Amino acid sequence: MATTIYLPEGVGQTEALPLPSKLHEWIVTVDHKRLGILYIATALFFFAVAGILAALMRLQLAYPNATFLSPEVFNRLFTMHGTTMVFLVGMPFFAGLANYLTPLMIGARDMAFPRLNAFGFWIFLFGGILLYFSYIAGEGLAGHGTAPDVGWFAYAPLTERAFSRGTSTDYWILSIILTGIGTTASAINVIATIVSMRCKGMTLAKMPLFVWLMLVVSSMVLFILPPLTAGQIMLLLDRFLGAHFFDTQAGGSAVLWQHFFWLFGHPEVYVLMLPGFACASEIIPVFSRKPIFGRAAMIGATITIGMVSSGVWAHHMFSVGMSAWSNVYFGAISMVVGIPTGIKIFNWLGTMYGGKIRFDTPMLFCIAFLFQFLIAGLTGVMLAVVPFDWQVTDSYFVVAHFHYVLLGGLLFTLFGAIYYWFPKATGKMLNETLGKWHFWLLVIGFHLTFDTQHFAGMLGMPRRIYTYASGRGWDTLNLVSSIGVIFQAAAVLCLVWNISRSLRKGKPAGNDPWDAWTLEWATTSPPPEYNFAVLPEVRSSRPLWDLKHPEDPDWRYE
Amino acid sequence: MTPTIVLEQTPAATQPAWTLPDRGRVGVLCLFTTEFALFSIFVVAYIFYIGKSLTGPMPSDVLELPIWATICLLSSSITVAIAERALKAGQIQRFKLWTGATILLGLEFLRNTAVEWRHLINDFHLTITTNLFGTTFYSLVGLHASHVAIGLTLLLLTLVLGFRGSMQGQSRRFELLSWYWHFVDAVWVAVFTVVYVIGR
Repeated sequence: MATTIYLPEGVGQTEALPLPSKLHEWIVTVDHKRLGILYIATALFFFAVAGILAALMRLQLAYPNATFLSPEVFNRLFTMHGTTMVFLVGMPFFAGLANYLTPLMIGARDMAFPRLNAFGFWIFLFGGILLYFSYIAGEGLAGHGTAPDVGWFAYAPLTERAFSRGTSTDYWILSIILTGIGTTASAINVIATIVSMRCKGMTLAKMPLFVWLMLVVSSMVLFILPPLTAGQIMLLLDRFLGAHFFDTQAGGSAVLWQHFFWLFGHPEVYVLMLPGFACASEIIPVFSRKPIFGRAAMIGATITIGMVSSGVWAHHMFSVGMSAWSNVYFGAISMVVGIPTGIKIFNWLGTMYGGKIRFDTPMLFCIAFLFQFLIAGLTGVMLAVVPFDWQVTDSYFVVAHFHYVLLGGLLFTLFGAIYYWFPKATGKMLNETLGKWHFWLLVIGFHLTFDTQHFAGMLGMPRRIYTYASGRGWDTLNLVSSIGVIFQAAAVLCLVWNISRSLRKGKPAGNDPWDAWTLEWATTSPPPEYNFAVLPEVRSSRPLWDLKHPEDPDWRYE
Repeated sequence: MTPTIVLEQTPAATQPAWTLPDRGRVGVLCLFTTEFALFSIFVVAYIFYIGKSLTGPMPSDVLELPIWATICLLSSSITVAIAERALKAGQIQRFKLWTGATILLGLEFLRNTAVEWRHLINDFHLTITTNLFGTTFYSLVGLHASHVAIGLTLLLLTLVLGFRGSMQGQSRRFELLSWYWHFVDAVWVAVFTVVYVIGR
């Protein structure tokens, strides 16, 4: 192999092993880089699965009165799609990026607890498999082989024994508890790594923004996953031992479930989103050839988002019938989240302003992210206005809003991150032409699919309906929305083809293909198992710049 | 092969020492944070459902203050601290003695819980299915008791390792376990206050 010359000896030997030994090495590994790759590969796999589920739903909704899917199947599809995207795609992407990059960026040899790290991954994977095992073993109203069909936020009392018979809901509960344990393990590991393993000279003030954001995300995870886990344990007690937490007939409260769920569910949006911000905060400066604008403000805004977003959960519940003052508070505080988020957007723009922008694929994804995330934020502020929310809640407007956040915002930055860090992880560049095809097809497909859904929602189309009658003004919008899926699927195929092709015959990347500034680019691509032969010492937030430009180092100004 | 990176050479004398917090301590503190949040949710559910039961028995009819159990559990915090210091000082005999005492106190606490539950189930017919009080009581107290049981298992493990002579030099790890035991104690204070004082 031509690349062997780029690999240090230890890694080169692995290449020569027979296949079973290679697989065995991946299974017993506690190396943060391998676990990071396992996390991201798993996330991409589940992304493809959940994407197929979504495509099936769009096919059913493409034209009125369609009979392609039965209502029961449709319910299972949107439940599995939502659950998979949040717990089996978004969360492992966070864990994978944090695992792979944090030790490299802070100049450490591994995570603080490598075995806990492996435990976290495998328990997460088991949870994911358990969820999909319900398609074979689950038992529901429709008989055997039934997946959960209660929706991703699974409102009580629908999930109680009386209304969800069989075991499919239990698969949902258990798999989410398990993936939650895995995510908690990752979060504890990331925090301990960042606090205790930084290389000499890397004070918090000099830490890369990516690492800062991962620290905030992990801290949030510690606080927000317990409400979900506790709620799921209560639900299990209700279903198996006959407890009454959410049993309205015994005086239990269905609204309490909503509070617990959204106490997790809203901050969760930021737990998913902040890793995207973290990637953008590394990619945009490098491709603008300028240090990040307003570094301290970025860190402050991130911490503010982390804290404020934990107090806004009930804006998902305006239509429940809370007191007027609750509505006022949750509406107002939800708009406050717009301020730190706005600070971030202006800082990214400020970084680009006057920069020498290189329009490589990672940067293209980040620029599209800025536009799309801005629109997602604006519709978010609209939804925080209580009377407006009452009008459009549970409609396709809400669906369009959060897909703008998670697809237009998060997924675009994650794709950017794949193009940016793939060379580091594999030693091969991804193909730029295919990358641009991927980008433009995804932009077109994304806007076709989700722009139209805003209007369908405004025209009153409810979410989670399996079909609709003709002549309500939704027909064309839905058809266009479904056509967009073709472009998105083609885009993802470009990525798959690009990865498999580049792994085989991609251009060798070298240590630092992007002329970047953080420590992961100081070691080989892929990095050796021990990351750095000599642990680095840093004096500024752009250590590699200092190394490359001894005549004008950053630490003179910081 | 691998590039060595020494990014800035400055005389060692001018550099302040580079020490970071112990990773084990950070990890355990993070675990406590997330456990604290988990207990908080169960406590919130308990408080939310106080007085909302549709049928009896009510807490004031059946609950008695578990004074003896509380004394046992709280004093076990002292014994585990003595055991920890003994291990730090290398006094293995003392360590084994006080760890054993901690385990006995913890077991006595669990025995008291078991007796209380038997009393409630047999004499008052209060189970987790009876009413909201039963639901929230057994889940909150049970969640705490399961944490005590986990702590006891780990303490028992260290005691066995102590008798096999492998606890020498493990005082850092035992310190983290003693932190966990203190945490479980502190949670009990909250559970006691909510269940037996506010809720009764």
